[in-house]
Amino acid sequence: MKKDYSIWTLLSQGLKNHVGWQPTWRSSALKDSYDVVIIGAGGHGLATAYYLAREHGVKNIAVLEKGFLGGGNTARNTTIVRSNYLWDEAAMLYEHSLKLWESLTEDINYNVMFSQRGVFNLGHTLQDMRDIERRVNANNLNGIDALALNAQEVKDRIPMINISKNTRFPIMGASYQPRAGVARHDAVAWGFARAASQYGVDIIENCEVQGMDIANGQMQGLQTSKGYIKTARVGCVTAGHSSVIAKMAGIKMPIESHPLQAFVSESLKPILDTVVMSNAVHGYVSQSDKGELVIGAGIDHYTSYTQRGSPHIIEHTAAAIIELFPMFSRVRMNRQWGGIVDTTPDACPIISKTKVKGLYFNCGWGTGGFKATPGSGNVFAHTIAHDAPHPLNAAFSLDRFHTGHLIDEHGAAGVAH
Amino acid sequence: MFVITCPHCCEAREEEEFHYEGEAFIARPVDPEAESDEAWGDYLFTKKNPKGWHWEMWNHATGCRKILVLKRNTANHIIAGSWTLSDARKEYDNERATA
Repeated sequence: MKKDYSIWTLLSQGLKNHVGWQPTWRSSALKDSYDVVIIGAGGHGLATAYYLAREHGVKNIAVLEKGFLGGGNTARNTTIVRSNYLWDEAAMLYEHSLKLWESLTEDINYNVMFSQRGVFNLGHTLQDMRDIERRVNANNLNGIDALALNAQEVKDRIPMINISKNTRFPIMGASYQPRAGVARHDAVAWGFARAASQYGVDIIENCEVQGMDIANGQMQGLQTSKGYIKTARVGCVTAGHSSVIAKMAGIKMPIESHPLQAFVSESLKPILDTVVMSNAVHGYVSQSDKGELVIGAGIDHYTSYTQRGSPHIIEHTAAAIIELFPMFSRVRMNRQWGGIVDTTPDACPIISKTKVKGLYFNCGWGTGGFKATPGSGNVFAHTIAHDAPHPLNAAFSLDRFHTGHLIDEHGAAGVAH
Repeated sequence: MFVITCPHCCEAREEEEFHYEGEAFIARPVDPEAESDEAWGDYLFTKKNPKGWHWEMWNHATGCRKILVLKRNTANHIIAGSWTLSDARKEYDNERATA
């Protein structure tokens, strides 16, 4: 067991020229069999392994990763965390997650740089404002902090935003969640990896799952690029490739995979100390601790697995941000990238058992999975450990698409899905 | 960004002129009332979503506004061809018959 990170270890290492730091997580050799195998070492997968080990006492867990740890969507998102969803089921799940975020740094002894700087969801039409009032009231009834603000109140908080009437879609107001914010995405993956590793979880990188061994409707094992693994329980947390993995088990998913693009600017002095999202002009922006403006928008409409999208989406996003913040028009962009998001028909995730016993799926987070990382791992671990959903994810089962109990967060959540 | 040839206009145009309309050839059950909830839900919501060749519909939204079918590889954006709906159906059935 490694020593905890603290001011004292930092000081003592400082006196020793920092030569005594240990690797953040163990490198492990692949064993022949595991009690539980998690496919995908992103934030959600590592969080699942961590909570399985810590809260459910499962020993002998492996997390398999096709590429490198946290190199998929965990490294590609725009790090926004919030819980102001409209419907009870979604609001409760995301709020559970937000509460875990609030103590996560202490919990896993790794600074995830969670910064509760607030999130504004702008409204540009009368209907936007009615929806905002409704969502804010629904949030308050669910015990989630939320405020409805008018344009001047938004301007008071964000001085450089343009609330002029002379824009294509003038800002009329916003919903505001003070406890929302951002976190450092890489730190979340590394922190969960370290914490899980301390509980004895094996993290296997460069190990691609190539097939599933299923007999009599029961999971038996996995064929991987590093050999066969015997296991009775498999949790798939493979955002972007969920349909591909599900196909190995003969399961057809209500999922389409789309590219989602984002970009960051050159580093600027502090200019924006909160997060601004707009559904109507379709863009969202925050400023990272390094000073970069982190900008994202909607998905490319076609399905793709290429991790790149079309340039006109970037142009549209930049136009949206400049309409909100004309002063950003001369900011130069540094990097641009794309990730693949698994979208569901109701813009809500699937955290569920499947018709194959011992095979579980946590997928379909669409464009907003990062905010749910700890909560998602927490309830998914419960689902795998008990072979039954946690009360918070019971509604997010795969059979809601057969029963018709969809949780329609499209538009309702102020989501730029 | 890719360039799509519209089989109605017979011209190669940029992707921006087109609107993606989703997976092609999803067969509506002949007698919906006779379907189980599972089969009906699958018809409504599940998608092939393959990593590889995908038969899909596009609308030439700012051109002739007609629907066309594209066979596109979702792993690298290579386009094998574009057809009108009826021609594409023949190609698609041929492909399935020989597969």
